[in-house]
Amino acid sequence: MADLSLNLTKSVRPKWLDRVVYLVLAAAAATAILVTGGIVLSLIFETLRFLEKVPLSDFLFGLEWSPQTAIRADQVGAAGSFGAIPLINGTLLISAIAMLVATPLGLTSAIYLSEYASKSARDWIKPALEILAGIPTVVYGFFAALTVAPFIRWTGGEMGLEVASESALAAGIVMGIMIVPLISSLSDDVINAVPQSLRDASLGLGATRSETIRKAVLPAALPGISGSLLLAASRAIGETMIVLMAAGLAARLTVNPLEAVTTITVQIVALLTGDQEFDSAKTLSAFALGLLLFILTLALNTIALGIVRKYREQYD
Amino acid sequence: MIDFGKSAGFNLAARHRAEKRFQWAGRFAILISLAFLVIMVGSILSDGVGVLKRTEIAVPLDLGPEAIDPDDVAGASTLKILKSGLRDAFPDVTKRKDKKALYGLVSPEGSFEIERQISTDPTLLGGTRVLWLTASDDLDLFLRGKIDPNLPERQRRISDQEIEWIEQLQETGQLRRVINWKFLTNGDSREPEIAGILAALVGSLFSLAICFALSFPLGIGAAIYLEEFAPDNRFTQIIEININNLASVPSIVFGLLGLSVFLGYFGMPRSTPLVGGMVLALMTLPTIIIAGRAALKSVPPSFKQAALALGATPVQAVFHHVLPVALPGMLTGSIIGMAQALGETAPLLMIGMVAFVVDVPQSILEPATALPVQIFLWADSPERAFTEKSAAAIIVLLVFLISMNLIAILLRRKLEQRF
Repeated sequence: MADLSLNLTKSVRPKWLDRVVYLVLAAAAATAILVTGGIVLSLIFETLRFLEKVPLSDFLFGLEWSPQTAIRADQVGAAGSFGAIPLINGTLLISAIAMLVATPLGLTSAIYLSEYASKSARDWIKPALEILAGIPTVVYGFFAALTVAPFIRWTGGEMGLEVASESALAAGIVMGIMIVPLISSLSDDVINAVPQSLRDASLGLGATRSETIRKAVLPAALPGISGSLLLAASRAIGETMIVLMAAGLAARLTVNPLEAVTTITVQIVALLTGDQEFDSAKTLSAFALGLLLFILTLALNTIALGIVRKYREQYD
Repeated sequence: MIDFGKSAGFNLAARHRAEKRFQWAGRFAILISLAFLVIMVGSILSDGVGVLKRTEIAVPLDLGPEAIDPDDVAGASTLKILKSGLRDAFPDVTKRKDKKALYGLVSPEGSFEIERQISTDPTLLGGTRVLWLTASDDLDLFLRGKIDPNLPERQRRISDQEIEWIEQLQETGQLRRVINWKFLTNGDSREPEIAGILAALVGSLFSLAICFALSFPLGIGAAIYLEEFAPDNRFTQIIEININNLASVPSIVFGLLGLSVFLGYFGMPRSTPLVGGMVLALMTLPTIIIAGRAALKSVPPSFKQAALALGATPVQAVFHHVLPVALPGMLTGSIIGMAQALGETAPLLMIGMVAFVVDVPQSILEPATALPVQIFLWADSPERAFTEKSAAAIIVLLVFLISMNLIAILLRRKLEQRF
């Protein structure tokens, strides 16, 4: 029986082993910092090299984007022009169309699901909407480029409108549908977090359910909803495949959704695929665009998360 | 006194109508999103089914000793045999241009198919044999009615002469449609009729394996640290903020990181699943950490407390009693993270996994492409036959994603314990 008794005098497990485990786990957690650091440092480093060739003001405020590399060094416009404004314009145009599609759809779905739908309806509608979020963006891009864009072009033609084959509208609509589940699930959480007492008070005063929702629930949920919209907008700005396949490459300063525009992400891909020299302003400009994109999405996310967090504390 | 009957705000019938409208707006919104989903999947399915089968032509070939020396099969020109076989089948074709069009009925792969059929069955040698060879993509499209014969001849990819030949072949039963296994067993090709997804699929699986091998241990380790051991200090806060931010960084930025650090700084080989997997691992890390923490949180604290009370060290308490309970949840989160990684395209474009890959990659250090990238490449092609391939590849991708998600759901159902 001796071998079954507990050996309480001598610890089986040396103390240093626990320390090693702590260190290994902490190191795993620290890789997150390493990745962020890697992203920030590599983007900044390459961007600084880009700024040696092209001044910052030209990049941020220039109205023309044509990063062609010259064949001869003494050619006119040999350096190419690297004004990011047309790209920002295109990115915002497509994202705005996407948000115009996604906001009403996502928000009304969320309201219906949280306030009206029976539990059984909720149980199958929610996963069905989540499928939209699980479909890879390349699939949306395929559908946008080969079905939606020709359809819009045809419809426009019937109405006597000139529609580019790679219109901002097609990419924007499809991207809008893609971010519907993001808006609806985040807003759903926010609406559910509104205390029941608010609804009860409003209903008790004789308001109908829709009046209660519009005048009591939504104002209370507004900060959280705007946070979810900002998160969705940041997702739209950073989206690559849909715009790469359905939007064009031509950098144009326009707000006409029927024309072809290009976006920051499309240009990054266009600059970095195919043959490239690592030191040319053309290649380096992709990193400057990447940094711009990173800062833009990070700012949107930080604001959004800040709003959501602040709002949550009010009712907890 | 308030007039309840007239005042606009108290008009009950109008208010109830508004209520109904409001409810219907909600139903309508859900309907639009779901209708979009159905139309999208439906149109891709209907585009993709064409690839299920391919067309074959029966060509009588002279495989006698004059054409092929039985002792030197490799030295024979199967292309010549194929061409003369086609000429014999249509003896009235004499003009050079027409002959060229005639040869075009069979896929450029045809001569290699003859070689392969002979090497698997040497008894074919020594006489005239009828072999079934893959037809060209245009013939296939025409047979499936995807080319409108009523269009002017110049506007379609197939001429009147060719249509005549095809009808002749049909009448004599020299055309048949067979299941297109080549789509699953071939690599990419310049010829849509024989292009397949195997190379891309293997590239994707290699990348996913690397991604899982890196992100699962790292993610689980980070989750355990943050949830169970991390002291509440600045370092921990910074890590948490970092993870939340990483989860929302656009995927293409991870591609830029891979390009400048993995390829540029460390000089790793371009276009390989190794680098692709590493970039995908960085992307899925936040997903796995967040899922892992949720799983650990769902384990009742009493488990850990009981272990600690019996004298276990904190590490023993976590690894022996908390982790086994949380593991199914962690695994579910990781599978969902892997499914996301499988569908990711943009970062792979950045590190050069857009190569034209014919041969199936044998290791993680060979240039490869991935399934979503293959979809992107084919979708970009102007040829209709490639667009159909793209749709079919999407179906394969969706099947993989659905099965991964199903496994995750089943795993959760089976292993989930409620406390």
